[in-house]
Amino acid sequence: MSKRNPDYENSKWQHFAKWCTGDYDPLEGKMEIKKPAKSNNGNSFAVLMRKMWFDKVDQYELGQNKNLSLFNKAYIGISIILGIFLTILLLVTVSYLPEFGNANAPENNEVAKRYIEKGLEETGAENIVAGMILDYRAFDTFGESCVLFVAACCVLMLLKSDKPEVSDTYYEPGRSAILRPAARILVPTIIIFGIYVVLNGHISPGGGFSGGAIIGSGFILYLTAFGFERAGSFLSERFIKIITVLALTFYCFAKSYSFYTGANHLESVITTGTPGAILSAGLIVYLNICVGIVVACTMYSFYVAFRRGSF
Amino acid sequence: MGLTVFTNYEEVAAVILFVIGMMNLLLQANLIKKIIGLDIMDCAVYLFLAAKGYIEGRHAPIYIDNITDASYYINPVPSGLVLTGIVVSVSVSALMMALTVSLYKEYKTLNLDEIMMKLRNEESEELGKLTYGDIMEEEQ
Repeated sequence: MSKRNPDYENSKWQHFAKWCTGDYDPLEGKMEIKKPAKSNNGNSFAVLMRKMWFDKVDQYELGQNKNLSLFNKAYIGISIILGIFLTILLLVTVSYLPEFGNANAPENNEVAKRYIEKGLEETGAENIVAGMILDYRAFDTFGESCVLFVAACCVLMLLKSDKPEVSDTYYEPGRSAILRPAARILVPTIIIFGIYVVLNGHISPGGGFSGGAIIGSGFILYLTAFGFERAGSFLSERFIKIITVLALTFYCFAKSYSFYTGANHLESVITTGTPGAILSAGLIVYLNICVGIVVACTMYSFYVAFRRGSF
Repeated sequence: MGLTVFTNYEEVAAVILFVIGMMNLLLQANLIKKIIGLDIMDCAVYLFLAAKGYIEGRHAPIYIDNITDASYYINPVPSGLVLTGIVVSVSVSALMMALTVSLYKEYKTLNLDEIMMKLRNEESEELGKLTYGDIMEEEQ
């Protein structure tokens, strides 16, 4: 089809191309559009158009459209039937599962046995779960930390507002007699407890994720009590970005080194140390610190993003 | 078919919680309640996994007195899986909340039906403007 065709504009190919790009309506010119009755009053045309337009809108109003309410009733009915069906199906499945707390169940297989029997020797961590997620499956945990970081970035992007509509302190009491004195005592305690949980992740219950969440809640309490001016002096957006990215980079390179030497049977400078000591278990302490930093910063940025939209 | 459904209370509770969350997701029109429903479903999965990892009469997977006997501790694998799941669900909930806040700022309502209605009205308003303009051109 060339442009020399005199009827090029109305050719089928041109129609198709227009339809593909979205500026051609196949019903255009084929549907009968009722012209409004002419009248001397110029305003009546606009009035009629508005009336037509409102009639059109009404069919989308809730409770106006018969089909819509019928659909809603059917939807609720089908949902309830689906729920009952799903409950029965899952209960039947549960009835085929092994008994609760049974040591011979198929899921307690050689994988769990291997982790428990060789975990202390290979990772040096007393906490088997910490040794598992930060040594055997460390790249999986790296992916988790990246998911948290990306989620924090997305939330900050979605809720970004350059100028808050009302002042942030508009709805708050200026100086709370309870919150500030309580926060003076609680914030250092919470943060120190969080650091304790992070540093003892390999020898006791805890670790980077739970400790990081505790530290993040301490930061949030500090921000709530003392406002953005004081909290922003050290927890600025730039600072949080830098330490999060540094923690993730250190995690990536440290674990890459450990996997590289392990896979090639090379001599590694990382030793497992004495089990039970703080500086034992190879890289697990440092990786726990990295994860803790990422989680604390992510929790704090979630709070800031939802409260004000920007740091 | 074993009748473990009468002894596995944990799994039965997980199933019921899962269906409650899913019904929330299907039947609630409010977006925040939908997100809560999804979180209830997450919790049901964690409960199920934790129940599967438990073994009667054994200890938490932390070495006590350097005993490395596998018959002394519970299964550590489901605990690691639950940890992964919790982190991902926190991220997903935060992202959904942020999207809900954006929708609320645009449409001033959290009801999904009303948001859909306003969306359709906007569409037909654009359509209405188009035909109005076309007719005016024809008149001239």
